[in-house]
Amino acid sequence: MSAWHEIGLVTDIPRRGARCVATPFGRIAVFRTAEDHVFATEDRCPHKGGPLSQGIVHDSSVTCPLHNAVISLESGEMRGPDEGRVRVFKTRVDPLTRVIELSLAAEAAGIVEAAE
Amino acid sequence: MQRLVVIGAGMASGRVLETLFETDPDAFAVTLFNAEPRGNYNRIMLSPVLSGEKSFEEIVTHSDDWYGEHKVTCRFGEKVVAIDRARKVVVGEKGEVPYDRLIVATGSVPFIVPVEGRDLDGVITYRDLDDTNRMIEASGRPGSRAVVIGGGLLGLEAAAGLRLRGMEVTVLHLSGHLMDRQLDEAAGYLLRKDLEKRGIAVMTRASTERILGDTRVEAVELADGTRLEADLVVMAVGIRPSVEIARAAGLAVNRAIVVDAQMRTSDPDIYAVGECVEFNGTLFGLVAPLYEQAKVLANCLVGKPGSFSVRELSTKLKVTGCDLFSAGDFSVGEGREEIVLRDPSQGVYRRLVIENDRLVGAVMYGDTGDANWFFDLIRDGAPVAAMRETLIFGQSYQGAAPLDPMAAVAALPDDAEICGCNGVCKSKITGAITSKGLTSLDAVRVHTKASSSCGTCTGLVEQLMALTLGNAFNPQAVKPMCGCTDLGHADVRRLIVAKQLKSIPEVMQELEWKTSCGCAKCRPALNYYLIADWPGEYVDDDQSRFINERVHANIQKDGTYSVVPRMWGGITSAKELRAIADVADKFQIPTVKCTGGQRIDLLGVKKEDLPAVWADLNAAGMVSGAAYGKALRTVKTCVGTDWCRFGTQDSTGLGVRIEKFMWGSWTPAKVKMAVSGCPRNCAEATCKDVGVICTDAGYEIHFAGAAGLDIKGTEVLTQVKTEDEALEMIVALVQLYREQGHYLERIYKWLKRVGMESVRAAVVDDAEKRRFYFERFVKSQETAQRDPWADRASGGVASHEFRPMAEITFKEAAE
Ligand SMILES: Cc1cc2nc3c(=O)[nH]c(=O)nc-3n(C[C@H](O)[C@H](O)[C@H](O)COP(=O)(O)OP(=O)(O)OC[C@H]3O[C@@H](n4cnc5c(N)ncnc54)[C@H](O)[C@@H]3O)c2cc1C
Ligand code: FES
Repeated sequence: MSAWHEIGLVTDIPRRGARCVATPFGRIAVFRTAEDHVFATEDRCPHKGGPLSQGIVHDSSVTCPLHNAVISLESGEMRGPDEGRVRVFKTRVDPLTRVIELSLAAEAAGIVEAAE
Repeated sequence: MQRLVVIGAGMASGRVLETLFETDPDAFAVTLFNAEPRGNYNRIMLSPVLSGEKSFEEIVTHSDDWYGEHKVTCRFGEKVVAIDRARKVVVGEKGEVPYDRLIVATGSVPFIVPVEGRDLDGVITYRDLDDTNRMIEASGRPGSRAVVIGGGLLGLEAAAGLRLRGMEVTVLHLSGHLMDRQLDEAAGYLLRKDLEKRGIAVMTRASTERILGDTRVEAVELADGTRLEADLVVMAVGIRPSVEIARAAGLAVNRAIVVDAQMRTSDPDIYAVGECVEFNGTLFGLVAPLYEQAKVLANCLVGKPGSFSVRELSTKLKVTGCDLFSAGDFSVGEGREEIVLRDPSQGVYRRLVIENDRLVGAVMYGDTGDANWFFDLIRDGAPVAAMRETLIFGQSYQGAAPLDPMAAVAALPDDAEICGCNGVCKSKITGAITSKGLTSLDAVRVHTKASSSCGTCTGLVEQLMALTLGNAFNPQAVKPMCGCTDLGHADVRRLIVAKQLKSIPEVMQELEWKTSCGCAKCRPALNYYLIADWPGEYVDDDQSRFINERVHANIQKDGTYSVVPRMWGGITSAKELRAIADVADKFQIPTVKCTGGQRIDLLGVKKEDLPAVWADLNAAGMVSGAAYGKALRTVKTCVGTDWCRFGTQDSTGLGVRIEKFMWGSWTPAKVKMAVSGCPRNCAEATCKDVGVICTDAGYEIHFAGAAGLDIKGTEVLTQVKTEDEALEMIVALVQLYREQGHYLERIYKWLKRVGMESVRAAVVDDAEKRRFYFERFVKSQETAQRDPWADRASGGVASHEFRPMAEITFKEAAE
């Protein structure tokens, strides 16, 4: 389970936007920031499960479309007074081809739980 | 009633009339001439208009309504050519007006340097709105260059404004340092450095030899042969009092019209006030003494005592970021000593001049916090020996006075002057706050005039309010848009237009956003403002829209979407209903519901299915109902004359017409409308954002209702006779709201903020303005009226939204 999965090009995702990757363990949201950093999190807001991939991306955060929770894409933590954390996944981008690779490894066990 | 004629509607005469109407509104029938084709405005705020920090509307001091209310006969745009004292008539370009009393308030005209080429196109002065507009226009040409002749107050404000508008600017100044009449060399140097940092080139000891060009200015040549290319030359070297008509009428005129302490000229029925007068050999060029004169004159007209005297003046420069202050006489000489404080790292410089134990002059640059305190010391001539050692550090270092600025304000004596322009002292402000129950800065400005002119004393006035009102005063009355900026919505909207900001990054850069790319609060707001202000030019930024507006459907709590097609005016057909039923079957849509806006909602659609659902609905002729957007939602109707026995007009037809005309437009918040065919109001038009009640006589246009968290009946905007007029009125109203509304501010809240009068003035009272707003709406519809569903159903637009970018199978994941 340590493999890197190619999921597409950086340019497949709009800047300051996100897309989803379907996995057997549930949807993963993959974000691209204004500076072309790529992050991946589980597509479920720690608050009430809102699809984070549908939120507005700003800096390295996303605001959930349902109730405006702001989540750090780097740590998965909710910003501000609220507490809660979404699972994050490792990504890497090939500097030449700009292909994004996603690893399910670190958090794979957790996803099964989250996907229920 | 006595006839009072006033020549010149400027800052001085404006204040005379205000004071006069306050004391005795019925004493005179007033006729007011003005060579400028408009009434009185705050001339000193032309600089913020030039730089784009204010709009002209914001600096108008007397509106048409004000003149109307006081029954002033306005002859704007008409110059007075003569005064016939024998017959007691004033001769205007369009006819004569007899007077019992006459006020000459003609101000002054800019001095034109008598050099060759001064008449060329593109050589202008800086005095009125037309000059300002000419500068704004010239700065609109990319890469254009300006030469400003004169490095005094006016010249520098012009230079800073033109630079802010993107011009290359050079300032030429004859003497050795800038603002040499108000500053010493050291302060002049700091000022120069600050201006150069802004990209303004400064040349001192620069004497203009001539201006070159065929018909238009091309360059300026200096005495030493230097040649400066220029597309615009602004002359700001000084002013000359306008005294021709007074002199021709035989009044005593020296350098200006000679007046006594009651502002009377050599003819006892003729007064003069403002920059056109000379009193005790003194001329005037700042508003503070003019306001003083105005008060004396107004009182004199109604027989109240008072006399004018010359007082010390102080100067400030209204260039944001260049804080300077000077007052009194700061030349060195026998028996004078000076105290200087410098902090080069902060660009701070202070110099005080003392004579006979009295402060006689002060120059400050960079930190002008104690300016008013020093100014008071100069005017009062108070002995300073006791605090000589710490004087230069300002008030907060004196004796027991603590460092806290609030305490410093508290410690000011009651007669301490707070607003220099309007001569308002501390007790007048605190008195008005308590006796009139004022709680906002605007209210204090209206009642006391404090900080209503140049505005540099705003901070002090706010401190006084905080002191007097305690916690009841909230100086942050402007709520910032969000944590990314200190600016409120109103400022941001204004600056977008004034500074011509046309993209989100541009707005964030120019308005100094504190975050790199905003947040979920400000980005959608900015996106809307840019769409509304630059239709056809601005490219909608999908990533700055809430998901609903990005995918053109409403997200539900389980992450599925709801889809509502338009039903024009609530009318549908068997064909449409069949298509909706088919879609519900085909995509297994769990819930189909009628909405309050007379249409059908399909709930529980999977995101991936959206484009296909839309394609099917499109095929049956339906378009997006925008039920998800800050946009025109529904126009609810009743059946009207077609079927109803009470109906007075074709309400359904009008509803359909409005909806077909306006769909697709984005608005600050959602807009729901309704048209009722008779006053029984079956379409519930009186709780909508915009409603129409048809009557036998025509159409009653309502707006600003609410039926959500707040419940509020509509207000009647006006009545019109025909359907065409109703449509034009509604469209203009919505466009006004589109241009003024704060993001997410519903129409009723917008109305509460701007007031009925301003809305009526824009769309009801003035047919031309109404047409203007109507046409701007039409223009914006050219690009806005596109069905977003059709764009996306075809798979062309934003297809990434509806498909996962990749799928990782169980087998792959398990590897
Ligand atoms: C850009 C700018 C910035 C300034 N900044 C400051 C500042 O920060 N602080 C400060 O204290 N002062 C400032 N001033 C100076 C201040 O504006 C003037 O002192 C003040 O406006 C003079 O008032 P007034 O009523 O005498 O003349 P004006 O305001 O000039 O009014 C005179 C009016 O009379 C009209 N008029 C003239 N002749 C005739 C005629 N024959 N018939 C009919 N109408 C006629 C003119 O068209 C004009 O409208 C500034 C001035 C300018 C231009
Ligand atoms: S000092 Fe200019 S407005 Fe008060």
